[in-house]
Formats: sequence, C-alpha cells, structure tokens
Amino acid sequence: MSQAPQPPGAPVVRREGREKVTGTARYAAEHAPPGCLYGWIVPATVPGGVVTATRTADALAVPGVHTVLTPDNAPRLEDPDDPILSVLQDDRVPHRGWPVALVLAESLEAARAGAAAVRVEYRTTGHDVVLTGDHPGLYTPEQANGGHPAVRERGDAEAAFASAPVRIDATYTLGGLHNHPMEPHASTARWADGHLTVHDSSQGSTTVRDSLARALGIDKDHITVISEHVGGGFGSKGTPRPQVVLASMAARHTGRPVQLSLPRRYMAAVVGHRAPTVQRVRLGADREGVLASVSHEIVTHTSTVAEFVEQAAVPARVMYASPHSRTAHRVTALDVPTPSWMRAPGEASGMYALESAMDELACALGIDPVELRLRNEPAAEPDSGRPFSSRNLAACLNDGARRFGWHERDPGPAARQEGPWLLGTGVASATYPVLVSKSAASAHAAPDGSYRIGVNATDIGTGARTVLAQIAASVLGTPPENVRIDIGNSDLPAGSVAGGSSGTASWGSAVHKAATGLAGRLAGRTGPLPPEGVTVTADTARETGEESPYARHAFGAHFVEVAVDSLTGEVRVRRMLGVFAAGHILNSRTARSQFIGGMVMGLGMALTEGSTMDPVFGDFTENDLASYHVPSCADVPDIQAHWIDEDDPHLNPMGSKGIGEIGIVGTAAAIGNAVRHATGARLRTLPLTPDKLLPYLP
Amino acid sequence: MKPFSYLRPRSVAEAVRAGAGHPGARFLGGGTNLVDLMKLGVESPGLLIDVSRLPLDRVTRTDDGGLRIGATVRNSDLAAHPGVRSDYPALSQALLAGASGQLRNTATTGGNLLQRTRCPYFQDVSKPCNKRLPGSGCPAREGAHRDLAVLGHSQDCVATNPSDMAVALAALDATVRLHGPEGERAVPLTGFHRLPGDNPDQDTVIRPGELITEVVLPPRPDGAVSLYRKARDRASYAFALASVAAVLTVRDGRVQHAALAFGGLAHRPWRARAAEDVLRGAPATDETFARAVDAELEAAVPLRDNGFKVTLARNLAIGALAGLTARAAPPR
Repeated sequence: MSQAPQPPGAPVVRREGREKVTGTARYAAEHAPPGCLYGWIVPATVPGGVVTATRTADALAVPGVHTVLTPDNAPRLEDPDDPILSVLQDDRVPHRGWPVALVLAESLEAARAGAAAVRVEYRTTGHDVVLTGDHPGLYTPEQANGGHPAVRERGDAEAAFASAPVRIDATYTLGGLHNHPMEPHASTARWADGHLTVHDSSQGSTTVRDSLARALGIDKDHITVISEHVGGGFGSKGTPRPQVVLASMAARHTGRPVQLSLPRRYMAAVVGHRAPTVQRVRLGADREGVLASVSHEIVTHTSTVAEFVEQAAVPARVMYASPHSRTAHRVTALDVPTPSWMRAPGEASGMYALESAMDELACALGIDPVELRLRNEPAAEPDSGRPFSSRNLAACLNDGARRFGWHERDPGPAARQEGPWLLGTGVASATYPVLVSKSAASAHAAPDGSYRIGVNATDIGTGARTVLAQIAASVLGTPPENVRIDIGNSDLPAGSVAGGSSGTASWGSAVHKAATGLAGRLAGRTGPLPPEGVTVTADTARETGEESPYARHAFGAHFVEVAVDSLTGEVRVRRMLGVFAAGHILNSRTARSQFIGGMVMGLGMALTEGSTMDPVFGDFTENDLASYHVPSCADVPDIQAHWIDEDDPHLNPMGSKGIGEIGIVGTAAAIGNAVRHATGARLRTLPLTPDKLLPYLP
Repeated sequence: MKPFSYLRPRSVAEAVRAGAGHPGARFLGGGTNLVDLMKLGVESPGLLIDVSRLPLDRVTRTDDGGLRIGATVRNSDLAAHPGVRSDYPALSQALLAGASGQLRNTATTGGNLLQRTRCPYFQDVSKPCNKRLPGSGCPAREGAHRDLAVLGHSQDCVATNPSDMAVALAALDATVRLHGPEGERAVPLTGFHRLPGDNPDQDTVIRPGELITEVVLPPRPDGAVSLYRKARDRASYAFALASVAAVLTVRDGRVQHAALAFGGLAHRPWRARAAEDVLRGAPATDETFARAVDAELEAAVPLRDNGFKVTLARNLAIGALAGLTARAAPPR
C-alpha cells in the first residue's frame, strides 16, 4: 500500500480483511470467559396463549445443566424500550417461538439437551397469522417506520385517476423475507465488580448499551457493549435482540459469564423480518405518459407485541412528478413474530411495486420504460415541494442504458429465444434517502506522529473502519496507515447505529469534525507534542439537529437481462448492471461490494427467497439455509455496479450519500420487468419460482 | 444432543456385528444428513458406527462391463469418475446437480441412498409427523407442501425422497448390495425405497443392522445415451422441484430401450414403467414422448399447492427424451 495520502474514493483495502479470512477476527460467540455458561432458549411451541406450567425437573437433571430461567425465577426487567425485549417476565405467548425459558449449562450440548427436556404446558387461544389484503383487523397507524406519516394526499388522486386516459391498477404481493446474516445473533455477557461487559453481535453497541441500561435498571456507565466484528445484520441487528437481554440477565442471576447464540432455525422468530405486503398501485397518465395521479396503498402486518409498519408507500412520495397523489399504509396486528428492519425497509418492498407498475404503464402506452421515467422527472420533491439537494436519476438511467445496450432491444414481449431460453431485459429505478444521526468522535495525535481516532462505529462487513480512517487521514494530510481507528466499543465516543445507510455520514461527520479540530490545534502549535499527545473530541448534535431545507436522496437505475427456461419456468439472470448517484464515493472497492451485495440480495428477493407463514403452526416454514433460498454463487451472473459522481454541497463534509441499501432497491422490479419482456407474463407475486412461471410458458 | 458412543470398525463384518448388537445404532457415512438430524433431535442414536473409512471406496469394472461402486465412494469422486462420465452420464449429472461442492466432497454413495426427506414437518420435532413419530399425524397434507409428493403418497405421508443420485440409479437399473446379520443380499434400486403406505417411518426395505456395501450398475445397453435434468428454485444447492433421469436407445427411428425415472415427485425415485411401456418400440417422436409421459403422470394426485410439479415433470421428461433422441439417432 502506498504511504502517501490517498485521494478521496481510493480503493483502500479493508483493514481487517486479513484477520477475517484467516479466522483470527473474533466474533461475539468466540469469546468464552473462564467459567462461562452456555444458554439455549426454549421457544414457545404454540402460536398464541399462555404458559400454564413449566416443568424443569427433567432439564435440571441433565448432567451439566446449571439453571433454568423461567418467568418464575428470572430477574425482573424495568420497562424495556422495545417490548420484544421483555422476555421471561410473564406467561403470555404472543407468537410461536417467543422465549418461554432459558437453560444454562456448562456446555452448549448440555444446554440444548436441557432445553429439550423442559416441559411446557400451554393454554392456547385462537390464533390469526395470515395476512390478507382485506383482513378485518386492518387499521391506519399514526406513522410508518422511519417516522413517516401513514397517509399523505395531494390533490385528488381518485378523481384524477378516474379521468386519466391511460390507467394502471395493479396489486403486488410480497411474502415475508428474512435477513439471515451469515453470523447468527450472539451475546457473551459477564459481570465483574458491578460492571456488565457484553460482546454482542449488533449494528450499534451504543444503542445496545442504552437499551440494556434501561431494561436492567442500571447506569449506562456500568455497562460496556463490544461489537468488534459483526458478520452482517441487514437491519436485524440494528436494534437489541432478546439474546443480549437474556445473556445479561442470566449472567447477573448466576454470577457466571453467559454465552447465548441463536440457532439459525430460531432466528426467524426473534430477529425480525421484512413484513409481507399487499400493495395496490394506481397510475393515471395521459397518452404521452405524463402522470396525473399516483396512488400507492400498502397493507401489511405487525405483531401483537410491537407495531412496525413497513413504509412501502414512502418512495412514491419521492420518485415521480404528479399533481395528484395518495400514499397510505394500513396494518393489522397478527399473532406473528414482530417484523422489523430488513435492508431498505420500505424502499425495497415499495419500489418493487411502483417500478413494476411504471413498467406496466410503459407497456400500455408503448413508450420505452426509460423514456417514461424521464418524462416524469419532478422539479422538486413531489410530496414536500422541497428542492432536491441533487437528483441524478436521469443520468443513471441514461448512463445505464448506454452501458447496458438497452436501446437495442425489441420492446415486444417474448421476442427473443435462444434454444429453450426466452430472453428479456428490464429496467427499474432506485432511490434511498440520505439519513444522518448524531455521533461523537475523538481524534488524538501522538508524539510519534501517529494518529488515533475513536468512534463507536460498527463495521458489519461494510468496511467502516477503512473508510473512517480514510476520512481522518485526508483531513490530517497523512496516509491512512498512519491513523489507528478504534470502533465497536460503547466506551468510545457514542456512535449511531450502522443502519439506514447512515453510518459513514454519521460517524464520518464526527470523525471529520474531530480531526479538523485536531488539525487546527496542531497547526497552532510549535515544538514537540507533550508526552500525552493532543486529543480533540467533537460531536455532531448541532449539525444533525437541523433539518435540511433540501430533499436529499440517492438514486439509481438497474438494468437486467434474464433467461427463462421455457420447459421448466426457471428464471436465471444473465446480466445485472446498476448505476448509482450517491454523492462522492469514498472508497471504490468497498462501495462496489456494497452495491453488488445489495443487488444480489435484490436478486434473491425477485427469484429465490420465499417464506411461508404456516397457518396452523404460526411459524415461518423455511427456517434454514437449505430451504430459505438466498442466491448461490451460481445464481449471480455478470454483475456490474457503476456510479455517477455527484458534487452535492448539502450533505456532509465528505459529500457522501449512503450506499448500503440502494443496491437492493428496484432490483426485483427490474428482474420482474425483464421476465415480463421475456415471456409476456406479468407476474405480481414474488419470488418468481418455476411454479409461478409454468402456467404462462408456451 | 444426547451422549452417544462412537465406533470405527475395520471391516464390514465388524461393522455389521456392532450394528446387530445395538438396536439404537446408526451407520455414519459423510454425516451430511445424519448429523443434522441429530442436532435437530430427529435422530438420537446411542451408537454411531463410522463406516466412512471401510475399504469400500473403490469404483471398479465388473466382469460384464458394468460398474461396482463402493458404498463409501464420495459423491464428488463418483461424479468425476471417467467410467461414470463416459457410460453413465446421467449419474454424473445427477450427482453434480445435488447439494453443494462441500457436501458432495463428504457425502457417500451409501449415505446418499439413505438420506431422509427434507419435509419441514419431519425436521421439526415440535410438530407431528408420521414418519418421525408414527401415528402423530401429517400436517403437510394441509400445510406447507409445495415441495412434496404428487405420486404414490398416502393419507399418512406426502414426503419426497430428496436424492438426485438415486433417481439416476433407478433409471440405470442399479442394484444395491447389502450386508447384514443374516448375510448378503442384493436389492434392485427401484425396490430399495418404499412408498409410504401406512408406515412411512420405513423409507427403505433395509433390515435392521444391514449395511449398504456397494451399488452395482449393469453394462450400458449398446447405443444407449442418458441424461439427468433437474428443475429447482435456485441454480445450485436446492432440492429438486422435479427431476428426470432418462436412458434411451433409438434404432431406425424407433425406441429400442427406454428407462425413465422421476425425482422430487414421490417417496421414492419414481421409475416410470407405464411410460416405458408406451415408448418401447414406438416411433421416437415428440408425440410418442408426450403420450408416454402422460400415461405415467395420469396417476398423479397433486395436493393443493403442488400441481405445478406434474406440468414440470412432463415438460422435463418430454424435453429429456427429445434431447436424447437427437443425440441417440445421429444420421448414419
């Protein structure tokens, strides 16, 4: 690696890459303090009701079993900030899989055997776990996820739709989806001298610390949460999960360190999921394709434990100009696990429907779908009227079309065949908001000329350490190798969650500010530094507290070629090409990984990832990686990510927009649109597995 | 996990003796399915007899030109074997269509034949399943069954056999050789796996204590070509929604020999005898193929959500036969 200062965007190699690939990077379940007990959760095996008896004698008789925690003997929690953390506090079973006991043993094997020996008796009540578009329990919530109003109306969408010369009225159905990061959720907790230290697989250990302090009723200063390396989260580790509360509670109760990791099969019940949605989109346009009315209406589920509303209608408030619009969410609380964040909540699901509907409109009009989108570019954000800080959707569409060879296509359906394969191409837009949260950072200059940055960022596989070092190094005018980065520890200056594609902006702004302050202090000095060096701390409370007068969003465009096997209905993607406009890209190597990773996840959403809610048992049927089909390497074709550099002064000192999620937004629509082009079949339910395609094949 | 004993015998005889002495024993091959089932609590053997290092790891020619496949030959090695690739491409293709590279490197021939269904209810000990717990019921019939059987199922069980390899072996007229407490015997592969009937806990006709020692393939019929084709939800590492193995000899435009087997449709690899009867001696045309396949699939009784499998199997089989015909009858 070069020892010179690196230009912005340089493809600096991931700092901890060697530790990860050689197995020396230690994850939350790879810390085993002396005397550690291992936990195994006993999940409820009924979909709703109450526990009437928990018989633990057989479990306690299993050699090695130390303790069985149940609501009868578990430590009392204060009122947790998230009701899903209120575990072992009462006898209620809100859904199948809810933890009803925790077995602690000298080995993982003994804990598992003990858990199998716990006898739980239930009184079941009726259960209702299946979402339908007309579910009687549907209501309009106050807000959808992200604090967005549940309903927004502009003009008279209904009337404008009714009088539009060209109308699309289509309903799209998405089942549940699961995050399934490679590293399951895990926590290792120990108490020593009144201080709780937890290694937790989380996307934000400051948040976990604060949440534990509240739940356990102790001071934040008495808790340290460490998330040094995290094997992915995709939102499921963005909020504390029951295992961290259970491990901490159990460590306090037993006086021993406790490790608790969630088995893969159990994750769907407790780590959140992307809620299923039924989405009705109505587009009314004139014969030139200019939109008069856009309606996007969402039906989704939440649990009886907490309200989470997938904000799938929100992107329609951003995307296209139209004088009349209605975007609305309704939700019903079912006896299901509580949904939560999964990569681009709202955008990933909502843009599938909106961008499929735009394709339907293009087909109905006989207008090229790229051109249709260009004709509906808004001058300002349609919902708010605020000017865009920058908006380069058109540039992404045009650049992508050129790179992909889009305009050579015959727009007619089912026009290309190659042996048994029906070939087609599709396009869709992408968008993701610019989010930023308050963070703090410290910057330290040592007498030997090296620098040390501290910020409680979390690297969930994104390359956060690396890019933060680049940001600090560029401010300090030093090579990144000369900057040590400490992250992943709640004792560091508080950092926000690695979520909402906001990490680099949030932590990076604090790092930039602290490093700038440090550079100023150093510039004013003469002579050698004192032995203790010089330290500057900064936080971004002021900067992040001001609402921007601009509508700030990243945009992108996906182009896809698919081949559909005319005998089997198997859909295989041949090429995927994404072009993104997300401010300045700060590290081209790790950024490309983020974009491509999102696109692959979108491929899974489109083609392979299917989840079934079992109406009788109330759980998700596909609960291992053999049955929940994330894309395999063989599914991922020629895949390219490109970007358009944006010079947007309204973002943050780095000029960056978030890139962790936009790759998944719109991908499924582009694939679905390509399948329609290949076959002539417009399918409105994902994933596009052979059973769905077969009825439409020649 | 319940504690268990572990034994690594040096010979087949020692393995069989050990098995005969312990009713709760299981033979351990690659462990790619058995160990999973132990973790799930579906299997809890008191004794694991590790047969993976017995001297059964060879593939050799038989005197008549067939192939003798040792029970511990790894799936990857078998798929790559030159004799398999040249004479029994359907077998090689079936193996490579199964599982993942890592699993194939570990899984054995004998173990592959004995793998259990991936029916979600079978794998979840908190739910009823007649195969796991006879008499407890079959929730799959009304529940999640998109991936389950359309042929040969019973009131008690709608599970499918998950093996790709076994489907090819069924079409190739393989024989399974077993070594048990009462001696050796040979069972045709098509009779090795059972239909569920009213005792779906029995996957196969294997008797207590019997160990698979080898699988024997007859010589390739003169002029025969074969292939295996599988449809699945993703391009790799997914069980068959439906699959087909086909062996075909065409002479003078007529089918001389045809063997057809389906995977993913039933509790066992489904040898399509009714289709073969139609094919034999008939003109090798798409019309014949459709008629033959329909004659077989007439017996299908799909469940609420898996009717697509019948169409899928039909398309796969007709496509396979047509594809083989193009290769089997090149202009002379």
